[in-house]
Amino acid sequence: MVCAVKSNSVRRYLCLNLYMALSFLVSVGRYLVIHRSGVSSMEYAYFYFYSDALLTIGLYFALLNLYSLVFDEMKVEKYLRVGAVLLLGGTAWFSYAVIAQSSHRILSHFAFELSQNLYFVGLVLTYVLWGAILKLRETRTRLIQLVLGLGVYFSAFAADYALRNLYPNLQPVWQYVTPALGCILPAAWAFSFLWVSEDARLAPSRLVAVPR
Amino acid sequence: MMAAFIFVVSVVIFLQFFVFYCRSLIAVSSKQALSPEVQEVTGIQKAASGEDFNRVMQLLHLCPERPEDRKGIQAIGAYFRLLSFVGSTVARLTPSMRSWTDSERGHCTYFAAIALERRISFSRNMLAQQIDA
Repeated sequence: MVCAVKSNSVRRYLCLNLYMALSFLVSVGRYLVIHRSGVSSMEYAYFYFYSDALLTIGLYFALLNLYSLVFDEMKVEKYLRVGAVLLLGGTAWFSYAVIAQSSHRILSHFAFELSQNLYFVGLVLTYVLWGAILKLRETRTRLIQLVLGLGVYFSAFAADYALRNLYPNLQPVWQYVTPALGCILPAAWAFSFLWVSEDARLAPSRLVAVPR
Repeated sequence: MMAAFIFVVSVVIFLQFFVFYCRSLIAVSSKQALSPEVQEVTGIQKAASGEDFNRVMQLLHLCPERPEDRKGIQAIGAYFRLLSFVGSTVARLTPSMRSWTDSERGHCTYFAAIALERRISFSRNMLAQQIDA
């Protein structure tokens, strides 16, 4: 967020900055809960999963911000908004349907399930957005780097969630891996805001050129 | 089963995004020219070679670290290791792949040299500010 303020990009990337501000507040909140109740307490576990669901929804809207920037010349913002709300509602309904059959603590399991499903939906949407960038020959370097950074983050977290489901006994490992993965997005976005000017241009086809 | 499927898909997409992201970092740095001074220090005159990467990284670590570029350098370091792995395994079978990995490793070296240039100028500015103060 500080980097975005430094490069005068707060309004243009408003949802991204709101997400980062929310992320900062959640981190402070988590620290306070750990300080008061301890890392293995139920309070922290509940706070962690509810705030994670909130952050994932925030990140989903940040992704929509990037969609609207890529498609801004096509004037399809209204359709994007409707589609996004429908997809978010559909994911929430699917998550509820999954946990309603198998859990008695519906709300806390719903938060976990929603986060997990939204990470995967976010990953697919970011992949689609990258495809659109290539198709539309988008050349704004900063926008390209923001999308690619988000793609790396979403895919790393989707893989992390899947591995946590496959090996739940490796909790001592996940408690270090997950926070380390959390550094990817702030680092990638900070780099883009600091080092890449808004006017910089890049041909995305150069990035995908592979030898045959 | 579902989790295993999601894991495999995520890893494949992660690798794609990671490679594209690193190449976008390299593409930004490739537009900047190296100063004659850094060219002399690193020994990079025209095209950078992958063989020089470790040496340039050692020079980079001698300079005061800047938190803003640390993650970008780490990402390119990981990309370089990935390319070296591909170069010593898969690319041995296909010559075009081998020349591609060699050229990409050279671009990684150039990125590190540009980062070195930034750190040197950052250190100089800091020193100048201290002298002024």
